[in-house]
Amino acid sequence: MAVASPSTVMNNVEAVRHTLYEALKNDERTLVLGEDVGARGNVFLITKGFIEEFGAERVIDTPLAEASIVGVAIGMAMEGLRPIAEIQFADFIYPAFNQIVGEAAKTRYRSNGDYTCPLVIRTPYGGGVRGALSHSVSIEALFYHVPGLKIVAPSFPADIKGLLNAAIDDPDPVLFLEHKKTYRLVKGEVPSEHYTIPIGLADVKHPGDALTVVSYGLYVHQAIEAAQRLAGEGLSVEVIDLRSIRPMDRTTILASVRKTHKLLIVHEDNKFGGIGAEIAAMVAEEAFFELDAPIRRLCGPDVPAMGYALPLEEEFMVSTDEMADAMRELVRY
Amino acid sequence: MTITMPQLGETVTEGTVAQWLKKPGDAVEKYEAFVEVSTDKVNAEVPSPVSGVLREIICKEGETVATGAPIAIIDEAGVVPEPPAETSPAAPAAVPATVSASNGSSNGSHGGNGVATTSGLRRFSPAVRRLAREHNVDVAAVSGSGTNGRVTARDVLAAANEGPSAAMAATLAREPAKATVAPATAQPAAAASTYAAPTPGTIVPLTQARKIIAKRMVESLAIAPHAWTMVEVDVTKLWRWRAQEKDAFLASKGYPLTLLPFFIHAVVQALKGQPMLNARFTDDGIHVLGAYNIGIAIGLETNLIVPVIRDADTLSIGGIAVAAGKLIEKARAGKLGADELGGGTFTVNNTGANGSILSKPIINGGQAGIVTMEAVVKRPVVVDDAIAIRSMMNVCLSLDHRVLDGTIANAFLADLKKRLEAMRPGGDL
Repeated sequence: MAVASPSTVMNNVEAVRHTLYEALKNDERTLVLGEDVGARGNVFLITKGFIEEFGAERVIDTPLAEASIVGVAIGMAMEGLRPIAEIQFADFIYPAFNQIVGEAAKTRYRSNGDYTCPLVIRTPYGGGVRGALSHSVSIEALFYHVPGLKIVAPSFPADIKGLLNAAIDDPDPVLFLEHKKTYRLVKGEVPSEHYTIPIGLADVKHPGDALTVVSYGLYVHQAIEAAQRLAGEGLSVEVIDLRSIRPMDRTTILASVRKTHKLLIVHEDNKFGGIGAEIAAMVAEEAFFELDAPIRRLCGPDVPAMGYALPLEEEFMVSTDEMADAMRELVRY
Repeated sequence: MTITMPQLGETVTEGTVAQWLKKPGDAVEKYEAFVEVSTDKVNAEVPSPVSGVLREIICKEGETVATGAPIAIIDEAGVVPEPPAETSPAAPAAVPATVSASNGSSNGSHGGNGVATTSGLRRFSPAVRRLAREHNVDVAAVSGSGTNGRVTARDVLAAANEGPSAAMAATLAREPAKATVAPATAQPAAAASTYAAPTPGTIVPLTQARKIIAKRMVESLAIAPHAWTMVEVDVTKLWRWRAQEKDAFLASKGYPLTLLPFFIHAVVQALKGQPMLNARFTDDGIHVLGAYNIGIAIGLETNLIVPVIRDADTLSIGGIAVAAGKLIEKARAGKLGADELGGGTFTVNNTGANGSILSKPIINGGQAGIVTMEAVVKRPVVVDDAIAIRSMMNVCLSLDHRVLDGTIANAFLADLKKRLEAMRPGGDL
């Protein structure tokens, strides 16, 4: 990116919309498909006006059938198109599980490299928005285990543009997660020109030297806020925004842990068998002799879903205060 | 007090005395290693729980006993010797540093936080243990700033910075240059082995100096990504100059005038032009050093030592020759002091002295680079499209790629080459 390139302040919804629009405009192979992406312009108005400009062949309203959305998109991708499928809410992705895990992720392997599956599946995920049982879920761990799938979850507008462009360019399937609470909450400068951010590269969003905090999604923003608070108390905390969940950026994480000797992982998804478990195991394997405190995870509780009642939702979500408390304890440990 | 076989690991039930580091009658300081114990998992030097005199060795070298069994008796300084009958087999087989004589406080805090447990054991994190080992810090003596007084990694680093880090260097210096002859007899083999004896050979025991060298080399290679580059230098004129001056110099100054001082002088001048090579990598940034303290690697018969010419930028070529001559003399006599071994900012290695024409040196820990001067050899080279016989010397540089890149390294070498090739008869010594 050129230093002085023009940029625009956008929120996360606008960043997704802007990037999709540019992709449709500049690459004829691209198309979007999903529930209500056409006439309705997507439930968050991300694709509003697209169908008028690009036509119903490239902005496709689908039936309420997620397996078909992904299945159709896989076929398009294998035959040379660049479909960007949308699952309206991550909570509805389960019917497409077989298509994503059983087909898309294995296409390259099964065809011995004759076919690839350059497919992007976008979906809003995450809670804290009174979305209750079926509009709050985090799904990343369900797909994390699957070789052949890439999972990204940027939560800054400029990262969203760079990673969505990289996902569209990628020859293999990418699950693109957008935290819905950050959609209109988070704003930032987005360079106007076309650029990509490599998938698999984390970003140190707040440098520090006494504790490493690894997070992604909404919680990165809360972790940065907590780290800023602690900086006011003279405690130095480094916050790493994973941006890409898989592949995991081991280099950035390990370099930070080698500096701070302590690690806190914060994510909204359930703790058991989650992303944090893999990061903790990786650090224990690769950097055991760097650790000066037990690795700690601050995650969603192992309950079947996020409740609608506000106290239940608050209980599920990790607050900024809780993050600051955990950081303080670990720094002082 | 009676010393028992420590429990080196949770599932370990017995240990073998590998080597007694003290003889009966020897004084033993508290925390001083006095015996080496090996188990099927680890070998460890065991620190003494008390200061005193080693009265009796109960368990001989090579003997294996259960953890908790008595292995020796130490008469505590200022304490009437206790009757041996009082030995309690149930006494906790603790790491001796925490035997309750010194530590009456068991306040009940324990568990995962890893501070003082109810049994009086102190637990240390992996990072603390590693850093303590690397920096030669006695963790038992470090006061902890963490939760419940836990010793943190930062505490160890702070202690390492305060403490005499020259301790290791001094050990190196003390070990004289005498030839160590490997014992002709092999170590007694473990009695119970049933497999065929291995091909006979000898094991040369590790001297303290050898252990330190091994550790530092591994560390330097592991921590600093080494890049390597080389230039060839035409030293024909320099060689002639030195030949003209050397006899008079030896007669007047008492030290030989080798190629080394010319080289060091040129290196210092070239370092001034490229300060990133006179620097060290830290997590806070690259620390560009203010002084030019040049280490010279001196190979002795069984070890390697790197004394330092301080403020080499203030010395003439002749001054460097005298300083180097003194250091080499002392090194060979095993008389270097700790102050002559620390504080180096860059290292020169005269590998050519042994005939090498190409080498890939390992950076002296904490520095940004090391440069070698290889043997001067006459070679046919092309000069102005004619083939000439010139005295050529290769100069090799290993650099810490975290600190700088090839551009700076090669600019340094180009400058060094220019300076060496400009040295000729009639110059200032």
